[in-house]
Amino acid sequence: MVERTPLLDIFTYLFLMAGILIVGFPIIYSLIAATQTLEDVSKVPMPLIPGDQFWVNMQEAWSRGDLGTQIMNSFIMATGITMGKITISILGAFSIVYFDYRFRAVAFASVFCTLMLPVEVRIMPTYEVAANVLGPLQALWDFLHLNAVVSWFTANEFELALDWSLLDSYTGLILPLIASATCTFLFRQFFLTVPEELCEAAKMDGASPMTFFRKILLPLSKTNIAALVVIEFVYGYNQYLWPLLITTNPKMTTAVIGLQNLIPQADDLPEWNLALGAAILVMLPPVLVVLFMQRWFVKGLIEKEK
Amino acid sequence: MIKRSFFKSKYIPYLLILPQLLITLTFFYWPAIQGLIQSFLLSDPFGRRSTFVWFYNYIELFTDPLYLKSIMITLIFSVLVAGVSLFLGLFIATMANRALKAKAVVRTLLIWPYAVAPAISGILWLFLLHPSYGIVALGIKNWLGIDWNPVLKGSDAMIMVTLASAWKQISYNFVFFVAGMQAIPKSLIEAAAIDGASPLRRFWSITFPLLSPTFFFLSVMNIIYSFFETFGIIHTVTQGGPGGSTNIMVYKVYQDGFVGLNMGASSAQSVVLMSLIILITVIQFKFVEKKVQYTG
Repeated sequence: MVERTPLLDIFTYLFLMAGILIVGFPIIYSLIAATQTLEDVSKVPMPLIPGDQFWVNMQEAWSRGDLGTQIMNSFIMATGITMGKITISILGAFSIVYFDYRFRAVAFASVFCTLMLPVEVRIMPTYEVAANVLGPLQALWDFLHLNAVVSWFTANEFELALDWSLLDSYTGLILPLIASATCTFLFRQFFLTVPEELCEAAKMDGASPMTFFRKILLPLSKTNIAALVVIEFVYGYNQYLWPLLITTNPKMTTAVIGLQNLIPQADDLPEWNLALGAAILVMLPPVLVVLFMQRWFVKGLIEKEK
Repeated sequence: MIKRSFFKSKYIPYLLILPQLLITLTFFYWPAIQGLIQSFLLSDPFGRRSTFVWFYNYIELFTDPLYLKSIMITLIFSVLVAGVSLFLGLFIATMANRALKAKAVVRTLLIWPYAVAPAISGILWLFLLHPSYGIVALGIKNWLGIDWNPVLKGSDAMIMVTLASAWKQISYNFVFFVAGMQAIPKSLIEAAAIDGASPLRRFWSITFPLLSPTFFFLSVMNIIYSFFETFGIIHTVTQGGPGGSTNIMVYKVYQDGFVGLNMGASSAQSVVLMSLIILITVIQFKFVEKKVQYTG
């Protein structure tokens, strides 16, 4: 503080507390609601003294929403996306920065162009690809009339039908979301700051590219990886549109989507205590990751958007 | 750019970039091209045959009052969300920057809503603003004397999704504003204080102009957020209703394509959205590089 402003300081702390309260209020209020009985939660206004039904509500919500399965699905999806994204981006960035080859610029440009194409803008066609991942190959095959060519060669009727559906599978939840221009870009920027001498020294000692990557580059990237793990885990866990599209089997649904079934509709019993209890349970994993890895999280958030 | 010292290998670099390229081609370029092609086609009701119809889908789209309304709603919605969350984020960050002793605690208390899924934020606010059970709704009814009913009134529904979307974004803006403020040299503030500038004056004449790159960047990010990521909020809270009053463009693509199975219209809308986001990105890159950069 530059000068003494006691009055302003008091206001600063007052406003700050008000701000924190406003931000925290939805959660605090939902937590209280989750401890009430159905009778209390439907009173207007709901009493602000927590009730004693917390565990009862949680157990009911857990079994009714099948939260065990769904949180597990969310967890697998988030972990898969995080690991997949980081793996393919770090390898891609290594290839772009540390090698010289003919299609380097093209490869980089084609990855970079996808920077701002979220899945939301290409819903239907991406869904079609997921329904049959080999569709593009099949289209190419048909376009080249290879059926006729093969039939002619083998003198038999030949028909190639490639079909591999990703609907209702973990692969389908994970794979389309792991291409990330931002992560590749982040690793590229970082690799460019790594001193040239390290690579020269490694080459002089006769290290192969992959040894250099494993023994030098990977340990140096540790903080970047940690930061990205936090960001991407939250991103993956909170995905909504994509899992909504490609899962129809309730056993494959993710937790964030499954919550929808617990929201009381107009004609239902107003069991908000269950819905909010479940909502708090489901939001817990990413919130805990962010809180406990706060330092990495802030670093990742700011670096990623640079 | 490439390193001065690099490796030479015939096949390793291709192998390394292959997974990334395969995924990008399969799940980005192929669908994008498919969407572009489909937006020029019209399929018969059984999906057997499709005919090339030039810009028919686009002409239909831009003469459709529902779509024009959806564009309007998206614009209003994104400006509201960006405005509310930027203002609150900046305000809290300014306060936090003054409260030096409590910074770490404050950050912990404010950072976690970022990790809450948009759909869950929607559920929380759905309860708070529920016309018969919500406590905030009760306050609005009793103190402001407004007949609050987001189930029936479009403007109320819009306020509800705006609050749910902005709430989650406050912490994101907060993190960036605090980082931006920490990058401002202390000496500037001190010099101004010695010249007798009041804290408010210092904020408007020094801190705010120096934050303008952050501010601009965050505006773009918030608009992109309210265009796309708020899908979960709309889906859980209003489903585009009542009467299409919260039917933002992304939600309309989903409804027309996935629920209504109108491929041509949905693809044309996707293409419009894609062009829009490419435009925003280009503006951002151009503008951020040249105009609003003060700090070195």
